[in-house]
Amino acid sequence: MVEAHRHQARALAALWRVATLALVFTLGVWASTSGTLGAMMQYREDIAFLTVQHLELVAISGGIAIATGIPIGILLARRSLGLFGPVLTQLINLGTTVPTLAILALAMTVLGLGAPPAIFGLAVLTLLPIVLNTVAGLRAVPPALIEAARGMGMTNLQILLQVEIPNALFVIAAGIRTALAINVGTVPLAFLIGGGGLGELIFTGIDLMDTGLLLAGAIPTALLAVAVDFIAGQLQFWLVPRGVNPLR
Amino acid sequence: MIRLKNLTKIYGGITAVDNVSIEVGAGEVCVLLGPSGCGKTTTMKMINRLIEPSGGRIFIGGKDVTEVDPVQLRRSIGYVIQQIGLFPNKTVEDNICVVPDMLGQDRKTSRKRAAELLEMVNLEPAAYAKRYPKELSGGQQQRVGVIRALAADPPVLLMDEPFGAIDPINREVIQDEFMKLQAAMKKTVIFVSHDIDEAVKMASRIAIFRSGRLIQYDTPDNILAHPVDSFVADFVGHDRTLKRLRLITVRDAMATEPPRVTPDDDVDTAVALMKRHGHVSVVMVGPQGKVLGFVRLEALHGKRGRVGEHYEKLTSVVHVDDNLRNAVSQMFANDQSWLACVSTEGVYQGYITQRSITHLLGATYRDR
Ligand SMILES: Nc1ncnc2c1ncn2[C@@H]1O[C@H](COP(=O)(O)OP(=O)(O)OP(=O)(O)O)[C@@H](O)[C@H]1O
Ligand SMILES: [Mg+2]
Repeated sequence: MVEAHRHQARALAALWRVATLALVFTLGVWASTSGTLGAMMQYREDIAFLTVQHLELVAISGGIAIATGIPIGILLARRSLGLFGPVLTQLINLGTTVPTLAILALAMTVLGLGAPPAIFGLAVLTLLPIVLNTVAGLRAVPPALIEAARGMGMTNLQILLQVEIPNALFVIAAGIRTALAINVGTVPLAFLIGGGGLGELIFTGIDLMDTGLLLAGAIPTALLAVAVDFIAGQLQFWLVPRGVNPLR
Repeated sequence: MIRLKNLTKIYGGITAVDNVSIEVGAGEVCVLLGPSGCGKTTTMKMINRLIEPSGGRIFIGGKDVTEVDPVQLRRSIGYVIQQIGLFPNKTVEDNICVVPDMLGQDRKTSRKRAAELLEMVNLEPAAYAKRYPKELSGGQQQRVGVIRALAADPPVLLMDEPFGAIDPINREVIQDEFMKLQAAMKKTVIFVSHDIDEAVKMASRIAIFRSGRLIQYDTPDNILAHPVDSFVADFVGHDRTLKRLRLITVRDAMATEPPRVTPDDDVDTAVALMKRHGHVSVVMVGPQGKVLGFVRLEALHGKRGRVGEHYEKLTSVVHVDDNLRNAVSQMFANDQSWLACVSTEGVYQGYITQRSITHLLGATYRDR
């Protein structure tokens, strides 16, 4: 049973790798035959610079979201909050329906133009799935585990650190993975409020009706999204301990 | 060792535990028994303060538990629950060592102890210590749940239907393993169950509960022989007399210093011996007193020579430390009205008959 799961997971991972390579390969073939590759190459330096900026936006906003989302989730999942926890969680759930652009626009009205409002907006956006998954993961820890822990003389903090969080880790990690995927996909919009990143090439390309420029932004953005999700998936697979990792 | 005094727990309007007083001696197993919802779990959880009593007091080793910090108290009491509650994120070994680790005990010592405990319940440490709970069968998990409670060597053990979720065959095996552990460790155990057979098997004393009240607190044999009221009688079952068979050893029921013959004895001697004792058969033993077979009075009729020429094999014998339940079962299976009782070496110790067993069980009722 366990072995079968593991095989399945390995097979999926292998399939995923092959699919990614195939995608990259087709994109490459298509780009070089249609002459777009040549067009893209003239923006080489811009691509390099903006990719770094793009990744910085992902890393900083994602980092902030993880660092704040998990503690918020832990707080909201406390049973001692009574009804307050679930109510607040529902509000956050509602928050996920607010359009991305609206969040960025709101961030801009408060923080002005530039990277800070972009990072803030992205962090808020990324925060939601992390908080929600942290709450869901902690709530799903079987009460019997907590009773056993308390009956054996663990303090509340020990129960949280040794029992609740480790057993919610897989779900929390899944939340982080989803959050990062949303984050990477949204970063191009940061350009609209002066945040920089590969969106600069995409939106300028659209404005000038320049396909080469457009693709110079779009292709690296797509590749980054695939790569980030792949890395996050690998981290989830390897960092979540075997005992609580359904994939292993 | 453990003393509950007028213990009471009231939830809103309902009294879950009603004025219960129990004393459990050191090294005893006290089984709390009763139908669902009668307050067994509530009583148990008040002992390690997972539930605070509404009234009454609890003493462990003479000390009032409310004077001890709950966390410290719980670390000094082993706790096993029906859902087992092994931590999926920890290996078997780390699960077992949760309390020793919290107490800051040396890692090497505690891991060695964990391996010893695994061996005691027939789980090969090399194969199981580093596994995760999901890689064990239900019965194996339950065993780990039990030894986890023993890891820090607490004097007191609380067990809430620890074997409730296991199939009947495995349950018997685990019960036997636990009784072996208990014989070696002599913990003071409070054990919740709603299975009368389990209670009879494990208990030094059984506490029978009904709607929060303690109805009878007595030894298993007394509970079976003298239930205080019809509730207890119904609860222990109409076959309660048969259940008692398991509580009595062959040694306690057999006739000792039995007549016997050797192969070299004269047939006439054997006939005279049987007639003197009013028996229709007699066991034949070897030089060391080992049971070789038996001769029947009928078969010797008109025969001459030595006993060794006329004996028959015994289809079965029973060990003196076995219980009467197994002895009776053997008698029925082999259509025998008596059994020879032997020591581990096969030496003849005595005999039991169906009539003497019936008499013994009946005597308890007449005494009353
Ligand atoms: N937290 C609670 N709030 C209100 N009533 C409770 C609570 N816990 C238990 N009770 C009630 O107290 C009574 C005793 O419950 P308890 O769990 O001790 O029963 P039990 O003998 O262990 O039963 P079972 O064999 O089903 O486990 C029940 O009537 C139950 O409904
Ligand atoms: Mg119960």
